[in-house]
Amino acid sequence: MSSHYEAPIREPLVLGDKSYHDITLDIVQPIEGKANKNWYIAFTIALVAFLWGIGCILYTVGTGIGVWGLNKNIGWAWDITNFVWWVGIGHAGTLISAVLLLFRQKWRMAINRSAEAMTIFAVFQAGLFPIIHMGRPWNGYWVLPIPNQFGSLWVNFNSPLLWDVFAISTYLSVSLVFWWTGLLPDFAMIRDRAVKPFQKKIYALLSFGWSGRAKDWQRFEEVSLVLAGLATPLVLSVHTIVSFDFATSINPGWHSTIFPPYFVAGAIFSGFAMVQTLLGVMRKVTNLENYITRLHVEYMNIVIILTGGIVAVAYASEFFIAWYTGSPYENYTYMSVGAATGPYGWAFWSLIIFNILIPQVLWIKKFRRSFIVSFLVSIAINIGMWFERFDIIAIVLSKGHLPSTWTRFEPTFVDVGVFVGTIGFFFVLFLLYARTFPVIAQAEVKTILKSSGENYKKLRDGNNEH
Amino acid sequence: MSTNKVIHALYNDDDVLMDAVKTVKKADHHIEEVFTPFPVHGLDKLLGLERSRLGICAFLYGLTGLSFAVWMTNYMMIEDWPQDIGGKPNFSWILNMPAFVPIMFELTVFFAAHLMVITFYMRSRIWPFKEAENPDPRTTDDIFLMEIPVHDNEEELTALLNTTNAVEIKVIEKH
Repeated sequence: MSSHYEAPIREPLVLGDKSYHDITLDIVQPIEGKANKNWYIAFTIALVAFLWGIGCILYTVGTGIGVWGLNKNIGWAWDITNFVWWVGIGHAGTLISAVLLLFRQKWRMAINRSAEAMTIFAVFQAGLFPIIHMGRPWNGYWVLPIPNQFGSLWVNFNSPLLWDVFAISTYLSVSLVFWWTGLLPDFAMIRDRAVKPFQKKIYALLSFGWSGRAKDWQRFEEVSLVLAGLATPLVLSVHTIVSFDFATSINPGWHSTIFPPYFVAGAIFSGFAMVQTLLGVMRKVTNLENYITRLHVEYMNIVIILTGGIVAVAYASEFFIAWYTGSPYENYTYMSVGAATGPYGWAFWSLIIFNILIPQVLWIKKFRRSFIVSFLVSIAINIGMWFERFDIIAIVLSKGHLPSTWTRFEPTFVDVGVFVGTIGFFFVLFLLYARTFPVIAQAEVKTILKSSGENYKKLRDGNNEH
Repeated sequence: MSTNKVIHALYNDDDVLMDAVKTVKKADHHIEEVFTPFPVHGLDKLLGLERSRLGICAFLYGLTGLSFAVWMTNYMMIEDWPQDIGGKPNFSWILNMPAFVPIMFELTVFFAAHLMVITFYMRSRIWPFKEAENPDPRTTDDIFLMEIPVHDNEEELTALLNTTNAVEIKVIEKH
């Protein structure tokens, strides 16, 4: 048993008296069982929101971008806010599955599958916004470096917007492959249990004929490790490049060298908040309380405090520098006295309250380990991080260099509708995922059962007490 | 030898399986294959499997991606159709290179990750519509299966495996 040793002081990650087979049963139960009423209610709401969003997108494409609240000075507002918000949310999934794998954090195994699913679904939503904003989405392939009807006038590799195309598509496709490779053994497990022929066929197809030979596992682990090594710099690069959209411009408030690290920290902050939101509900609905425990919630909250702290320091330094420059232009950036007291003061203070003040309750251990407090704080952070992007974009653009160009951005129902639609789409995908996919990486959890399972730990600690 | 007989020894615990593998190896029998529901640490070493070279592949694929990005940015931005974009140097790749770093990085990762995974799928023979080859469906749940080829030594092997706490021992004719 020595190879399964773990210090008794560590709390167990798998609660209850579980065997390998029990883990299998717990993970397949939401897939083999029937959906309850709450699932159908949630799915219907999400579907309606999604359909409303599709309607608004069709209206936008049919009529033109003029149906949004944009104007001459504020050329992008909600769409780019939502784009950055969704990309940011995606970051937690890769952080959990890749960075925590490199750091050998075993607690990631209970949440990595769902966090990666969240990543992929969130990046889908993010990708929609630039495509809709093109106005002619059927010409979307023009962003690719392919020969074209203009005699090969190539795309502009100097542009951060094109860097985004490469970063987001690499990120989405690599995350998808990473996720799917990890899913193969779990799909195989469902396949081998399935009794209905149709279900068996589907899961046989999804599992790619995974058989679990010793050599397959050896390669599987190597591939996981190398993919984690590749995904770690990748995830940091994606939000860095998203921040370049602003940082390489010459607008006061955007032209800021602090943006890349600060955007990455903010992305992880918001992503973990979304994981808390989703898993807080999912562990209850799918009866996985023994796998997603208080300890997992606490660990995620610690990451939230850390990244939230980085974000708070970044705000403070932006605010200080804006004042310290003495430049009148800097007084209208999103972190300035002008912003705090100006017409967008409500957005400024929403950001401060939701993003900085409310998360501070997590310093208290009791709150950090409470499911309901974590859930509420995570909702607050989701709102706060949306306001961060809105403030950076709308406040900065609303006060240009010429006071005669000063204007305001007012969203129309279409702006709101498209955003609500992506939230609906996201939850449609996530709810379908929760009913058809193994939501916990069961093969991986089985590897830590003997070291971190409650029953095994008790057995070992009992033997050591002489 | 025309016989295709194999013995399947089934275990319900990874530690018991590891001990069994040691015992069988010690008695100088060849273990054809081991099917497990999750990666068992140290099993590959015990079976004498060579280290996977997929990491090396990924490195080479990454270099390919990087070279491709260098070629592409140079061809499109410098040679084929140079444009004046904010006065950036359009006559020299190396001077314009800082603007291409994100592309070079992303393509390195893109090539390394995808080609490595494709190589893994090809080498392990897993792809859509592939039939699974694990001999017992329980091996994806909680059963560990060891497959040993029989060369007129069925009784000796069965006796040996009986000492290893196997939950089931089956002699099977493979076709």
